[in-house]
Amino acid sequence: MAQLSCKKLCLGYDGHEIVHNLNFSVEKGDYFCIVGENGSGKTTLMKTILGLQPAFKGKVETGDNLKNNGIGYLPQQTRVQRDFPASVWEIVLSGCQNKGKFHPFYNKKDKALAEESIKKMGIEDLKKRCYRELSGGQQQRVLLARALCAASDILLLDEPVTGLDPKVTEELYRLILEINKKYNITIIMISHDIQAAVKYADKILHIGEKNFFGTKEEYLNSEISKSFAREVIK
Amino acid sequence: MTDIISNLSLYLTYPFVWYAVIVGVLIALCSSLLGVTLVLKRFSFIGDGLSHVAFGAIAIASVINLTNNIFFVLVITVICAVLLLRTGSNTKIKGDASIAMISVGALAIGYLIMNVFSTSSNLSGDVCSTLFGSTSILTLTGVEVWVCAALSVIVVALFIIFYNKIFAVTFDESFAEAVGTRSKLYNLLIAVIIAVIIVAAMNLVGSLLISALVIFPALSAMRVFKSFKSVTVCAACISVVCALFGILISIVFAAPVGSTIVAVDIVVFFIFMIIGKARGASK
Repeated sequence: MAQLSCKKLCLGYDGHEIVHNLNFSVEKGDYFCIVGENGSGKTTLMKTILGLQPAFKGKVETGDNLKNNGIGYLPQQTRVQRDFPASVWEIVLSGCQNKGKFHPFYNKKDKALAEESIKKMGIEDLKKRCYRELSGGQQQRVLLARALCAASDILLLDEPVTGLDPKVTEELYRLILEINKKYNITIIMISHDIQAAVKYADKILHIGEKNFFGTKEEYLNSEISKSFAREVIK
Repeated sequence: MTDIISNLSLYLTYPFVWYAVIVGVLIALCSSLLGVTLVLKRFSFIGDGLSHVAFGAIAIASVINLTNNIFFVLVITVICAVLLLRTGSNTKIKGDASIAMISVGALAIGYLIMNVFSTSSNLSGDVCSTLFGSTSILTLTGVEVWVCAALSVIVVALFIIFYNKIFAVTFDESFAEAVGTRSKLYNLLIAVIIAVIIVAAMNLVGSLLISALVIFPALSAMRVFKSFKSVTVCAACISVVCALFGILISIVFAAPVGSTIVAVDIVVFFIFMIIGKARGASK
């Protein structure tokens, strides 16, 4: 059984249905990209996967013993965060929120998990630094480390490279690939960057007037990618 | 100088002065704790808005001659706090606009009601003391001090127990919610606590000046400190020290209590700003 699958899913907000009849499934260890134009419902889909927003019709099914607390999330940065006085350590540790249980203080296990995530992201030297003094790329690494504290199985990323320069973008993509391959964590990523999506992803979901779901090769040969990619690459 | 000290020690022999100092310090402590969260969530003006609501509620309570008006005011304020903080991201009227709307609306209605229906002979005096804090902090009874102390203990305890959750929700609501923190619940908690603090603080500084107690310590601490914990602890210390000095100064020089505390807060803010700048430059 797939780790996560959607059957005949319809999504939207404020009563407007914007995504119709979506079908796809994600296996453990997949690198899965969701592409589509602005306003096509990518973020709405992600919120539904996270259980923050109910679907209009259909539902998201999880299998493979995936508990809900195995999903980590890297949201788009908000205005509030950019000048937030918090140390890197505090932020990474805040990823350890046990679901449902009453859990007011962090225990040793949480702290060890946060240490490990920091090591995985190679930001040990930033641990005591203040978040607002870091560069954009460093901030994304910190948020990734936080997401890893929550993600034992799946990591959801919402436009992770927005606002980063090409070199840092490349580094971040490599890091995400490493998380995917080395730690066998499923990646689900929303992206505008169709070239990167085609380069790294195993499976692609295109949301728009017509939905497409398939492997990267199938996508490259499909009509939908040709018309979309032509506009983007031009 | 010796005059001032002997004067002060004379005043400190009266229990009502002690009551004022204790209550003032406790309220300052509570309001500064949540100040950091409110400033960071871009809700600095919520204190202002809510205190105007409380003003309107007081006006209504006094007109319909409620005996237990503090309870009435508290309920109204809590409801408004919940409505205001709930708005957050996806409502038709955005956060700051809805706060401004409720705040001036309540102020106008409150004054209107007081003017039209009031039986008091000293209307402008009543309004002035509700807006800028009255001398009623010097007329507190022992019971009121105990109530205030109990409220403060509850607020501080809640804040410590939920400190980590409050941090997570303040820093990133969508992440917190995605990994299973019930951020709506914590927003509600923050709203209720802030409403309680505001109603308690109205006696001290009056409704127009409450925001100062909430935001100045947090802003001062944020100039210098760089982690959430140190900012919070520092804000609490600043707030307590400022309240203490403010009250003592106001007693010695017979100045209004509320505005003296706020003036001390402002001075501290500038000191911290200079320290922050100096540190930034030396790096």
